[in-house]
Amino acid sequence: MIELDKVAHSYGGGELLSDITLRLAHGSFHFLTGPSGAGKTTLLKLCYGDLMPSAGHVRLFEQDVRNMSRDEVARIRRRIGVVHQDCQFLDHLSLAENVMLPLVVAGKDPAEEEQNLADLLGWVGLAKQAHSLPPELSGGERQRAALARAVIMSPDVIIADEPTGNVDWDMSLRILQLLVELNKMGKTILIATHDLNLIRAAKAQVAARVLRIKDRRVQLAGADL
Amino acid sequence: MNPFFSRIMALTAGDRQADRVVPPTGFTVKLTVFTSAAMAFLAVFALALSMATGRLADRWSDALARTATVRISAPEGQMQAQTDAVLNVLSTTPGVSEARVLTDEEQRALLTPWFGPDLPIDSLPLPQLIELTEDSNGYDAEGLRLRLSAEAPGAVLDDHTRWRRPLVRAAGRLRTLGWISILLIGLTTAAMITLSANAALAANAKLIRVLRLVGARDVYIARAFVRRFTGRALQGAAVGTICGMIAVALLPGEDSAGGFLTGLGFKGFGWIIPLFIPPLAGFVAFWATRAAALRVLKEIN
Repeated sequence: MIELDKVAHSYGGGELLSDITLRLAHGSFHFLTGPSGAGKTTLLKLCYGDLMPSAGHVRLFEQDVRNMSRDEVARIRRRIGVVHQDCQFLDHLSLAENVMLPLVVAGKDPAEEEQNLADLLGWVGLAKQAHSLPPELSGGERQRAALARAVIMSPDVIIADEPTGNVDWDMSLRILQLLVELNKMGKTILIATHDLNLIRAAKAQVAARVLRIKDRRVQLAGADL
Repeated sequence: MNPFFSRIMALTAGDRQADRVVPPTGFTVKLTVFTSAAMAFLAVFALALSMATGRLADRWSDALARTATVRISAPEGQMQAQTDAVLNVLSTTPGVSEARVLTDEEQRALLTPWFGPDLPIDSLPLPQLIELTEDSNGYDAEGLRLRLSAEAPGAVLDDHTRWRRPLVRAAGRLRTLGWISILLIGLTTAAMITLSANAALAANAKLIRVLRLVGARDVYIARAFVRRFTGRALQGAAVGTICGMIAVALLPGEDSAGGFLTGLGFKGFGWIIPLFIPPLAGFVAFWATRAAALRVLKEIN
């Protein structure tokens, strides 16, 4: 689904990531961990075509991102649901409209998806907040809404950047639960987090692999977590 | 329906859902509508000017070209003889279809604007005027002059070219200036729409970023802006055009003494032409916004 082959990325200055080879197979569950500033978000952005590698190849669904047109990138993003660290909502639209946004921009008729939306909001526990504006929601509600938006297109891959960043432990577990359920439905999951407790909690439920960024490279962490 | 037309139709029909995506922006909207209205108002005048001068040039070249005047200045006793001689020459000149001696009343009417109605015309040694009308083939002015000087030494042929040429040229220039003004107004409208679209796009950079992240194609995002600006330009131009047309309609009517100044305006079917200004403004806004949006989008991931 997502393949990185000897990928490097640099932001003007030195290289942040180098020689990264990674393959996310269908239905796999991966955690990405490492200290702050190690390049977790950068690596995720490479995985959904938001950044171009400065060396090596990134292939999304067997297509090299370097050869993709802007429209092809847009189409790929409909197959990869992303929960952004800062959620990225449009503050003038209600929660329901924000969750529907990927459908709307893909040219689907939102009226046909009413039931789908209601089910989804019920699943993330936000049915009552459907008409609230994003700034009125708590951190945990925003994270769950972001997850709902990430899955509304029924994508094959879900990438989440610190989805439990600013929520309490109970809420973290709830969000993790939702991601585990998605994985059991066959979705490929990649979660960036520095919360080791969350990873342990996940390992009890799914065969999650842990990738760690260290010295600009990605290593497969052992079972010692 | 051709694809361009159906796209315009889809645009005007609107997409409520997509329109919600771009947040409304109060003040710049009013500025865009106002500028578009002002430009349409000016365009109506430029159009009225072009069309009036066009009519004028046609009229001058038409009416004046087909007639000429022979002026006979002769001592009292020879006047009738020379007049007869001239009429005789004219009647045998190929290309002259009609020659007519102007009556005293007609001559008086011609002089009244200059000397007032109380002119004692009988006591003045006025030259006799003969109006001749060309047929479609025209006559040889030089040849006629030579024959006239031989037969009636006091006769001078004035074929109006001297008057007509600079007037027709001036009218033609004025018409060209009118069209250039319309072109400039169109380009200014495009520039203005581009500036305000750029401002709107810059103000909505975060929104565009979010839309790209959730999988929106560039054309989808561009369309949301294009629809809005085309709508504003259409609205403004419609108001401006109507105001301009009312102003033109209220101009004093044409009268015979007023000449070309009071002829400014539209005639008959000419009133339909300014109605094309709003759709044209919409068309300009459509392409200007689209180009601006696609250019800005290329720089956003």
